[in-house]
Amino acid sequence: MGKHVFKLPDIGEGVVEGEVVQWHVTAGDAVTEDDPIVDVMTDKATVTIPSPVTGIVTSLSGEVGEMVAVGSTLVEFDSDAAAASASEPEVTPEPEVEPEAESSPTPAPAPEPVAEPTPTAAKPAPAPAASSSRVLASPAIRRRAREGGVDLAQVRGSGPAGRVRHADLDAYIAADGAVTGAAPSSYSTKRTEVTEVKVVGLRRKIAEQMTISKSTIPHFSYFEEVDVTELEALRQVLNSSRDESQPKLTYLPFIMLALSRIMPEHPECNAHYDDQGGVVARHGAVNIGIATQTGRGLYVPVVKHVEAMDAWQAAAEMQRVASAARDGTASLEDLTGSTFTITSLGRDGGLGATPIINHPEVAILGVHKAREMPVVREGQIVVRRIMNLSSSFDHRVVDGADGAALVQHLRRMLEHPALIFM
Amino acid sequence: MGETRRCDVLVVGAGPGGYVAAIRAAQLGLSTVIVEADKAGGTCLIRGCIPSKAIIHAAERFEHLGQHASDGGHMGIFVDGEPKVDMAAMVSWKDSIVERLNKGVEALLKGAGAELVKGWATFEGPKRCTVETSDGTVGIEAENVIIATGSSHIDLPFMPCDEEFVLSSTGALDLERLPKSAAIVGGGYIGLELGCALAKLGTEVTVVEGLDSILAIMDAELRRPLEIWLKKHGVSVHTNALARGAEIKGKGAARKVELTFEKGGEEQSIKVDKILVTVGRKPNTKGWGLENMGVRMDAAGRFIRIDRRCRTSVPGIYAIGDVAGEPMLAHKASAQGEMVAEIIAGHEREFDKVAIPAIVFTEPEIISVGLTPQEAEERGEQVIVGKFPLAASGRALSIEAEKTGGFVRVTARESDHVILGVQAVGTHVAEMHAEFVLALEMGALLEDVAGTVHAHPTMSEAFHESVLKTLGHAIHIG
Repeated sequence: MGKHVFKLPDIGEGVVEGEVVQWHVTAGDAVTEDDPIVDVMTDKATVTIPSPVTGIVTSLSGEVGEMVAVGSTLVEFDSDAAAASASEPEVTPEPEVEPEAESSPTPAPAPEPVAEPTPTAAKPAPAPAASSSRVLASPAIRRRAREGGVDLAQVRGSGPAGRVRHADLDAYIAADGAVTGAAPSSYSTKRTEVTEVKVVGLRRKIAEQMTISKSTIPHFSYFEEVDVTELEALRQVLNSSRDESQPKLTYLPFIMLALSRIMPEHPECNAHYDDQGGVVARHGAVNIGIATQTGRGLYVPVVKHVEAMDAWQAAAEMQRVASAARDGTASLEDLTGSTFTITSLGRDGGLGATPIINHPEVAILGVHKAREMPVVREGQIVVRRIMNLSSSFDHRVVDGADGAALVQHLRRMLEHPALIFM
Repeated sequence: MGETRRCDVLVVGAGPGGYVAAIRAAQLGLSTVIVEADKAGGTCLIRGCIPSKAIIHAAERFEHLGQHASDGGHMGIFVDGEPKVDMAAMVSWKDSIVERLNKGVEALLKGAGAELVKGWATFEGPKRCTVETSDGTVGIEAENVIIATGSSHIDLPFMPCDEEFVLSSTGALDLERLPKSAAIVGGGYIGLELGCALAKLGTEVTVVEGLDSILAIMDAELRRPLEIWLKKHGVSVHTNALARGAEIKGKGAARKVELTFEKGGEEQSIKVDKILVTVGRKPNTKGWGLENMGVRMDAAGRFIRIDRRCRTSVPGIYAIGDVAGEPMLAHKASAQGEMVAEIIAGHEREFDKVAIPAIVFTEPEIISVGLTPQEAEERGEQVIVGKFPLAASGRALSIEAEKTGGFVRVTARESDHVILGVQAVGTHVAEMHAEFVLALEMGALLEDVAGTVHAHPTMSEAFHESVLKTLGHAIHIG
């Protein structure tokens, strides 16, 4: 009855193993049923597995970063120990009371049946936020942070021993989180600490994927600027007349739509290159991956069959998959199958970048922030809204002229947005 | 059934958790009803902390008078004749203090606009109860309920308290006559506080404790001065000793009670005037319809399970204080009560205390705030520890606080000097705890305390010096 062995359950269709990302317990901890015990990452989703029983953790299997097969032992519990130790008063242990003679017996709860883990991989519970009580900060600062909705763990404390000062919180709030704390109170303080961060879980997957992309694909990058003044006017009109069920249109749905229209003329750019097999698979479907920054790292959720959508549908679907990725509720289907990827840093778009191709795709488009610029039109300096595009192509299978042709075609569509809808 | 009242907040129990919650809720403009079957104030105020501290203070006075009345006097002060104790008068002096505080609490509740309903509440559903008052039955329905029912004495089934020979702490605070001899079953803080006071008043005290040491909540170094004091004052302490039963012997006024206990496989017995049973306290979770509220209990089924906002498993039902878990301390209950009232009023709050101070009012007094050196090491901290003896404090010497061999001990993280815990033992050290706990809440480093001027001559200099000692440069010890 006492010992309970908990094995890594089947946490998703076709999943055979998972990587231990974070333990929430250590051996000797008392846990209550449903308390989170471990985060396990499978292909792209991280699942928090709750404790199936109430008891004491006696052993853990699997270091952080280690792969654990489904069905292998993950945790062992002593489910009687909990009742025994927890029923003793901690502050005044008074052993004259013999357990059987206790006037108010506290029966040991019968070990409960094994709970199924959180059933779908698509619904991982977020890991509990770092408790702000671990941050060195005075009660007044903790209260201010709580009332301001600031997670103190995100604020860099500039005081001695990393203590968070009011100035740190001021700086954090003023910059909306962009600045993590005030300048150190004393510039004479040298920082000598080295923090080692284990590259595990999603971060390791990203690292592996990036290495494959960058080391096997000879990239060439190409830049162009696009006059989106007309597109902006169209966007404003559409947004002002949209109904409440419709999402607000950004530039991205138009770019996606334009790409889906022109791809049949540039099939070499909407493809997967299997360099082992020596085959380029040119896709009819335009499935656009949207590089999305999440709290857990970079995800690329996919909008499928953009060629069969209008601007509203593309915007809605993009919003859906991006928020699913951010919330950690994206399904495997949402996260696979792209034929072309767009990366856009939004407000932080900058002037240009050299995006890394999402292997095995052969092209990627970087979209930069549109801004008003003085440009020359017919000998006159006029103010136009300009957006820069960066792009990278797999030079093994896309020639420079072909890559440039795609971008120029896209530019024409965007500068004369009526073409998108022709 | 009579009327049904509706309110925003219903507080069950007017102890230090409940009454604070009710006052704060009313201050915040919430319509608040608080139900209490006994006097407002709870165990702490009516039959716990406050009355015991009054008796402890009186006992200390008596002990001092004894010193001045002895041959040769003391400090050049002589008192002729023997000081005497009139226990009934002492109890009534104590009662006058309790009454003032009880009236004070009721006035504060009224002043804040919280309605006190006197009677026993029985819950039929999560947010609905009926209260039997002297004016009949009142139904109450609330948007939010704060459970603050506290805890009560644990009886030993084979020697239940009759409050005549076998006393609970409540009975021990209402003695009519000073017992010549008393046995204390359970050497935890409640038993030892009363044991020290009785010993000072002249009672022959025997402590029977089941573990291998008394006051197991404190570490050996902190217990040592207390153990020496008990030995010097003729208190016999039996550890690893299990009480087996009590039997009343003799007739009429000569009646005594015989306590049987087992120690080292042998049965022993002692005849005493009173037995005091202080084997612990249990949360009050029965007899008022908790089972009809549907709230989830903790793993052992002992306390109501709460989260960091004192929320139970039922939305709108909160639990605070002793009924909601360890440590069972009045000041924790009050802090939770204040917080819950603010949460109900819509404020963002969480119980994020770095430390809940614990104080034992024995002779000498013992304080623990935060981690002990051992606890810190068990958590994997590399620590530095500094200890300063009261014998090196001028103020301690001038008020004879050093005689019990006390000290202040500081534990800090070695790498960044963040103070992790402070403990102290000694006569009159209790009030010093406030600075310790402030240091912990503020995240103070050793250097923060070292750089703070402490007035001379005060006991608090001992904290300053213990911090300097931790940094390796104390002034008044080597």
